Amino acid sequence: MGWLRAPAGGPLDYHRRWWLRAYVGLVFLLLYAPIVTLVVFSFNDSKRNIVWRGFTTKYYWKAWNNDSLFEAFTNSLMIAGVSTAISTVIGTMVAMLLWRFRFPLKSAYEGLVALPIVVPEICMGVAMLAFFSRVTGFPTDWPWPFNLSAITAAHIAFSFPFVAVVVRARLIGFNRELEEASRDLGASEWQTFWNVIFPYMRPGVVAGALLAFTLSLDDFVVTFFTSGPDTLTFPVKVYSMVRFSVTPEVNAASTVLIAITIALTVLAMRLQSPARVG
Amino acid sequence: MGQPIIEVRNVTMAYGRLKAVDNVSFDIEANEFFALLGPSGCGKTTLLRIIAGFVSPTSGQVFIDGQDMGRIPPNRRPVNMVFQSYAVFPHMSVEKNVAYGLQVTGTPAAEAARRVGDALERVGLSDLRTRMPDQLSGGQRQRVALARALVKQPKVLLLDEPLSALDAKLREQMQMELSHLQADIGVTFIIVTHDQDEALSMADRIAVMNNGAVDQIAEPWVLYESPANRFVADFIGKVNLIDGEVSGARGGRVTVATAALGKVSIPHDGPASGRVALAVRPEKIRISTSKPGDRDAIATTGTIADWAYYGDSSHLTVETGDGHRLGVIIQNDTRTTIDAMDIGDAVHLSWSASDTLVLDR
Repeated sequence: MGWLRAPAGGPLDYHRRWWLRAYVGLVFLLLYAPIVTLVVFSFNDSKRNIVWRGFTTKYYWKAWNNDSLFEAFTNSLMIAGVSTAISTVIGTMVAMLLWRFRFPLKSAYEGLVALPIVVPEICMGVAMLAFFSRVTGFPTDWPWPFNLSAITAAHIAFSFPFVAVVVRARLIGFNRELEEASRDLGASEWQTFWNVIFPYMRPGVVAGALLAFTLSLDDFVVTFFTSGPDTLTFPVKVYSMVRFSVTPEVNAASTVLIAITIALTVLAMRLQSPARVG
Repeated sequence: MGQPIIEVRNVTMAYGRLKAVDNVSFDIEANEFFALLGPSGCGKTTLLRIIAGFVSPTSGQVFIDGQDMGRIPPNRRPVNMVFQSYAVFPHMSVEKNVAYGLQVTGTPAAEAARRVGDALERVGLSDLRTRMPDQLSGGQRQRVALARALVKQPKVLLLDEPLSALDAKLREQMQMELSHLQADIGVTFIIVTHDQDEALSMADRIAVMNNGAVDQIAEPWVLYESPANRFVADFIGKVNLIDGEVSGARGGRVTVATAALGKVSIPHDGPASGRVALAVRPEKIRISTSKPGDRDAIATTGTIADWAYYGDSSHLTVETGDGHRLGVIIQNDTRTTIDAMDIGDAVHLSWSASDTLVLDR
């Protein structure tokens, strides 16, 4: 019962030092105070939204009925959904390739795949703009959602490397004897993948997908360069709105986005609960 | 004996210039408990993986039950393996692990359930069928791996260092259980091990491997009492090796001149010439404080330099006059055996010439 007497404390007893606790508190304050403020001011009954004037939910209705904001919002969700699905599949396949096989120029290939992670977004954006202006097949005048194909393709291009990196990291800890055991017990390679390898890498796949989803949802730079005149996404729309004034409408739409993100994160955490994976 | 269940024909596995398995051939009979024994890196695990189908040999063939396994993938070979890490699927319960091999091959549910139940009962895990692997001890996990392989009713069960991760007591118990299990179900077992006690106590026949080659295949007692060469003699059990040179051979005996013992005459059939090593097991050496009177015995004197006490026996090191050291094992067969001698005592050593082997150096 050493804690009753509260000894001086070892180097790892960080929770006993008041200044460390204060530091942790400060970090959390700086991280979350802006977000809390954003959420609180979405209920502010003031057009200019600088000082608190009283509680209202009318800006949620306003945001809902703002057709162009709503369209930007659904555009963003559509792009994020499609690009997450595709980049998760591609990224997972790349991770499998890099984990399982040895081939000539493997390290060069590995570097090239990881390049979009380090290339400045502005360069990606300009490159994409140049690319899509020359390549047909990504028209922006097609009916929804096909008018978003250029943005979606660009988002897939910069988010699948993140999926690949996360899944690859997960696969490093895989015991290859599990795969051999499955084959030994009569399973084909395909059965082995779905019954043994995939359950193991699922936490990595879920984490990678989540990463891809958020990257796509809040991307501004690449989207700005690849979107046509009529295809707004949420971040681009918010940017154009705040150039005039930050109305509680923007706050309300952002709060909804935060709620969706949190819900998805909770769902993802459930999917990779430790009781079901090794 | 009938058709061998496994025939290994001139199998070589080369990684670049390194030969992990070097032109190995042998047969394994049906229902045999066969051990591949050798130090780490001798190629025994590679050989097992070739039989299982995880690696294809550079050259040579493996036949299982008369069928060439050349192009048969591991999932269609009539063998199953117990892995060194057990490789129990962490996301499946005990029952699902055992049922896996039947499920992926489309065994009817009723039959699968019955066979899983039988297998779990055989390894004594019936009560733990709903447990997850992380709730099991190492020994229990191994039983899962065993049940999972046996439920497939393989013609041959392959075991890769199955006991190396268990503690000493449990290991001894599992050795007995594996022996009984094998006799009970009549399936050929091939076990890979670096532990000679394991191989000696369980196997019907043992192949001793060294540097990718098989040095000797024989019953345990033949390996121990008549090792084919110096490596086998040294690897199986403890042995004293005394260097010498053959100075004559006549009438089934050879005369060997040694620095440690002088000239000794030893019964030996077969050729022997040049530089040889005399081998004698330490438990075959008699030790006493008075001069022994045996005629056909090799004798020398020395002082006890070291004494390791093991309860049931003591391992003594005796230094003979010219700086040679001989190991001697005595049984502590009375409570006062330990009091008869002490470190520093002058002693007489002797052993029968027929307990001495002449090995190439």
